[in-house]
This record gives sequence, C-alpha cells and structure tokens, in this order.
Amino acid sequence: MAAANASPAPASAQPMIAMRGVEKWYGDYKALTDINLTVASGEKIVLCGPSGSGKSTLIRCINHLEPYSAGEIRVDGTLLGDDRKTIDAVRREVGMVFQQFNLFPHLTVMQNCTLAPMRSRGLGKAQAEAVARRLLDRVKILDQADKFPAQLSGGQQQRVAIARALCMKPKVMLFDEPTSALDPEMVKEVLDTMISLAEDGMTMICVTHEMGFARQVADRVIFMAGGAIVEEGHPAEFFKAPKHERTRKFLGEILGH
Amino acid sequence: MGWNEFAFLLRGLQWTVALSLVGFIGGGVFGLAVALARTSGQPLLERVTAGYIGLFQGTPLLMQLFVVYYGLALIGLKLDAWVAVSIGFTLHASAFLGEIWRGSIQAVPRGQTEAANALSLHYVSRMKDVVLPQAFRISLPATVGFLVQLIKGTSLAAIVGFTELARAGNIVSNQTFKPLLVFAVVGALYFVMCWPLSLYGAHLERRFAAASR
Amino acid sequence: MGGNVGYQLDFSVVWDALPSLLWACLGTIGLAVSGMLLAIVIGVGGVMLRDSRFKPARWAVMAFVELIRNTPFLVQIFFIFFALPLIGLRLDPTPTAILALGINGGAYAIEIIRGGVQSIGKGQIEAGLALGLHKAQVFRLIVLKPALRAIFPSLTSQFVLLTLTTSVASAISAYELTSVAQQIESNTFRSFEVYGTITVFYLVMSWLLMRVFDQISRRYFSYPVK
Repeated sequence: MAAANASPAPASAQPMIAMRGVEKWYGDYKALTDINLTVASGEKIVLCGPSGSGKSTLIRCINHLEPYSAGEIRVDGTLLGDDRKTIDAVRREVGMVFQQFNLFPHLTVMQNCTLAPMRSRGLGKAQAEAVARRLLDRVKILDQADKFPAQLSGGQQQRVAIARALCMKPKVMLFDEPTSALDPEMVKEVLDTMISLAEDGMTMICVTHEMGFARQVADRVIFMAGGAIVEEGHPAEFFKAPKHERTRKFLGEILGH
Repeated sequence: MGWNEFAFLLRGLQWTVALSLVGFIGGGVFGLAVALARTSGQPLLERVTAGYIGLFQGTPLLMQLFVVYYGLALIGLKLDAWVAVSIGFTLHASAFLGEIWRGSIQAVPRGQTEAANALSLHYVSRMKDVVLPQAFRISLPATVGFLVQLIKGTSLAAIVGFTELARAGNIVSNQTFKPLLVFAVVGALYFVMCWPLSLYGAHLERRFAAASR
Repeated sequence: MGGNVGYQLDFSVVWDALPSLLWACLGTIGLAVSGMLLAIVIGVGGVMLRDSRFKPARWAVMAFVELIRNTPFLVQIFFIFFALPLIGLRLDPTPTAILALGINGGAYAIEIIRGGVQSIGKGQIEAGLALGLHKAQVFRLIVLKPALRAIFPSLTSQFVLLTLTTSVASAISAYELTSVAQQIESNTFRSFEVYGTITVFYLVMSWLLMRVFDQISRRYFSYPVK
C-alpha cells in the first residue's frame, strides 16, 4: 500500500534517503525531533553527537529496526511503512554494521555471508558463495572463511560483518559506531575498509566519533543533540568554524584529549 | 474434613519442619566437610567425595531413604523410623550442599587464596577468614534453593512409612474420602513453606547478579 | 524390620527377579522420555503464553510455575491421580504418571527455555532483520541453535532429574523400576538387597543418559564460542 504511493521521481534527481519531519517516541520520551535529512546517491554522511543524542535511533529508523512515530522516510523512492512488504524491500537495499558486530556464532564466516543472499534474495549456494568469496577477499579476510566468529579478532569480525552486509548488494550502508567496541590497534583495519568502500562510491551513513575518518571521507558531517539535528556542514567548515555552542563544546571534548 | 483432621495435618506439618531442619543442619555440617574435602587438593579425598556426591546425585532420593533405612536395620541398629529417616536426609543434604559449596569455594577468585598465602595465613585461617565468608555469599541463592528442594523431598518419608505432612494427608484422605480437598490443603501447606523461601532465593540471585555486573 | 544381628545378605532373589527388573528399567526410561517430551511441549507453549501480550495468560503461567515448583511431586501426583476421574478421565496409573511428570517437568522447562531465548542477544535478531530475513527465518536460522545450545545442559540435567523422579510414581503403582522392586520386596522381604540393587541400576541409567547427552552435545553444538 505504502509502496504504491512511492512517486517515481526522475532517477537522477531522486535522493537515496529522504527523511521528512521524522519523530520517534518511546512512551512519553521523545527520542527524535523533526528530523529532515536528504542523502543523495553516493553521498557519505558522518553522524556525531553525545551519547543519547539520537544518532543510533536515527539510522535504526532507516531500516525499521525502530519503527518511527511520525513523518516519512523514503529509501530509493520507496516509502517505508509499517507493512512487511516495504520493510522487506527497504532492508534488502540497506546494509547495516553494528557496534557489537553481531556475527552469528553458530555459523562459519562463509555461512554468515551466504545466509541472507540465499534465504532472502533466493541465490543458489554456488552463486552466493562466489559473491561472498569476492567480498571476503575485498575486506582481506578470505583465508578465514571456514572459521567461526569466536576464532577471529574483533577487527576481523567487524570486517566480516561489513562483507556480510555487502553480500546483499545494498545501495546504502549504515554504520552504527563500528569501531567503538574495538581495541585501539584494530580500529585502523576497519576504517581502511570503510574508506575503500567510500572510494567505490557507496552511499554511507556512519555514526562514529572517528573525526579523522570524517575529515577524510565525509561529504557532510551532522551534529545531533537531544534528538535533533543541531548543525551540519562540509567537514572543512564544520571542524574549523562550528556555528553552535553545543557543537564547539562537543568537538572540544572529543578532539581535546 | 473438620478441625480434627486439619489439626492432624498440622501435626504432620511439624514433623515435616523438624525433618527439614534436621536434614538441613546435619547436612550443612557434613556438607561443609564434603566441600572442604572436595577442594582440599588431596587427590584421594577429592576422588572419594566426588564419588559420594555423584552417588547421591545419580540415584532417586526415595532409593537413598530405602537403602539407609533398611541398611541401618541390617547392621543391627534398631532405630526409630524418624531417626533413620533423619540420617537419610542428612546424608542426602550433605552431598548436595557439599556440591553447591564446592562450586562456591571455587568461584572465589584465585587471587584471594594467593593473597592469603602471601600473607602467610595457614589453611584454617585462609578458609575461615578469607575464602569461606566470600563463598558463603556466593552460595546463598543455591543454598536457599536446595532448602526448598529438601522440604519438598521430606514428603518421600511418607513412602517409607513416616507420618509427616504428606502421609498425614494420605491418612486423612483415606478417612474422609475427600482426596482432592485434602491434597489441595496439603499442597497449600507446602506452598506456604516453600514459596517465601523461593522468592527470597530469587531476590538474592538478582541482587548478586546486579552486584557482580 | 529385620534388624537381627547376623543377618545374611542373599542376592539370589534379586538374581531370580533380574529379567523383570531389567524390563522395569525400560519402563522407567519410557516414563522419563514421555514425561520429558510432554514437559518440553508444555515448556514451549508456556514460554509463548508467558511472553504474550495477553495479561491473564502471563499471570496464569507464572502462577502455574510457582505452584508446581513449590509443592512436592508426591502431592502433585496424588492430586492428579484423584482429580482425573472427577473430570471424567479414566487413565491407568502409568499414563497418569506421565501426565504428572510432564506437568512437573513443564514448569521447570518453561524457566529453562525462557532463559535460553533471552540469552540470545537482541543484536543477533537485529542483525538478521537488517539482512532482510523474516521473523520466522530469524528464529529458525539464527536464534534456535544457539538457544538450544544454551539450554541443552540444563535441559539434560532436568531430564536426568525427571528420570530419578519417576521412582515416586511407584506411589500410584505406575509401571517402573521402583514399583516392580516393591512387589519383589513384599514377596521376599529382602529389602536391602532389592533396593540396593536397583539403586545401582538408577546410577547406571543416569550415568548412561549423561554420556549420551554429552555425545549429542559434542556433535551438534561444537562451534566455538569465546
């Protein structure tokens, strides 16, 4: 039903993600306030802000891990409703990488990567494995394909998680603090993977505090506080001359130490 | 079922409480010995106590009561039924409490023992002053849980012929021909004893889980 | 009670009765297996009701669990034994015992299974959903095996416990090892020999069950976890 409302806009002008007036309530608590955000195809967004500012909630609304309470979200033209059909359609196009990796412990690396393409996209086993091998090679972990997640380091697990998401051939990738649970020496290998993904033109929204990554990769940096977007801008101006006091304070805290 | 019958049930209840207490206290004393032997570091002691625990965990409580009951008679001990049954429950409880407390003793961080050793505390002081107080706290939820098991278990003394609550219920039920009412009342009496303990055990467990987070 | 000094142990009556005792062991296993299957059915159903949105169902399940866990099995089996005819169900002692064992084990199974499902982190479910899998697929492909692995040890020790509990079913003369032993004992008065022997049988049965489950666990849940 909701999918039928999706107005087919000209492909070139159509944004990959369009959020209009999105709100999210948990009972009486307002977690997101009037979120308006448009992300063009191929654009890279970095979301930052203090904990509890709603950045995770925002990206989790995009693939309906959190149902939103008001407003509308369109992904590649499809209006995301509460019905299973549009949710499925959106989730097939949107990949997500979690802070805690969330690899499936009872499946090998290869099985983690082929599960969804086979069950959700209907690929054959050989085909799914071929895709998985290519992407595991891309994140430089093909040699670990037959191991179980618990046998890998955190950095390796997160690279597998990225490959797993890419196996669905998504049009958008969401990253929810992908390096926060990693030991410091493993952060770089994951960021390098993300940078190479960005260079290939993937549309990305990353919740992260890695400001070096933001400077290098982001087309726009968005600062959130109290469930609302406070400020956004190109990284050059965002870091040099933040407009809002809260942004300055936040940047001072995370860049200061 | 009138007041007389209910009074009879209450007398049975007294025996249930007495049996549970004797089993728990006696089992506690011997259980501590079992736990200490099980963690003594002496291979022979550890083997023997492991076998003892395994024996009681691998056989039905009813059989344990039967074997102790008839076994004591066999070696010429003419004991009152209630003494024989008490010995049975004491042995049963000592094995289960021994195993619970072994786990708790081993759950105390090794650094504690090492620190006590480094302070040149001898075995008795190391156990009494350092390890056991911590193990006691750790073991509390499981110990309370076992007490509930023990109270329910005393009902099996009825099958051996000892008149505690469950057998009192049987007798009254045969007299009144109202088995459902009688067993509902008997069940309620057990419930009144066990439920508060279960709640307390669950409370301790939550508190412990919260503290160790 | 034969409390005479100089009593001579005589296991010949046990030897003579060995075939019927061994058959009775199968009766015990049969009782335990059917009771456990019923317990698992009750457990799964109970968990679904326990976590449903329908409040009275949640309360009913919680009350059931507390009631069963805080009363002796002996009283439960008597109650069921006498209650069934009143609701027009005439069952033999053995099916009655299975029902009682299933109900008793079910209360424990509810707690165990619930714990297993809760042990699967929310992140696992979210990762499955984010990959475009449906809820049923997420349950079947992602939640089920790790949950089974998590509850397998408690479920198997519950099963061994239930096997030992079957001896209480002798109180209503269900067909199992203890009641067969009681018959032999009442004919021969060799109490210690008979009960001592079947105690060993129980020990062997529980040991064998543990070994079997250990093998199953090794075969099916052998993936490494940190």
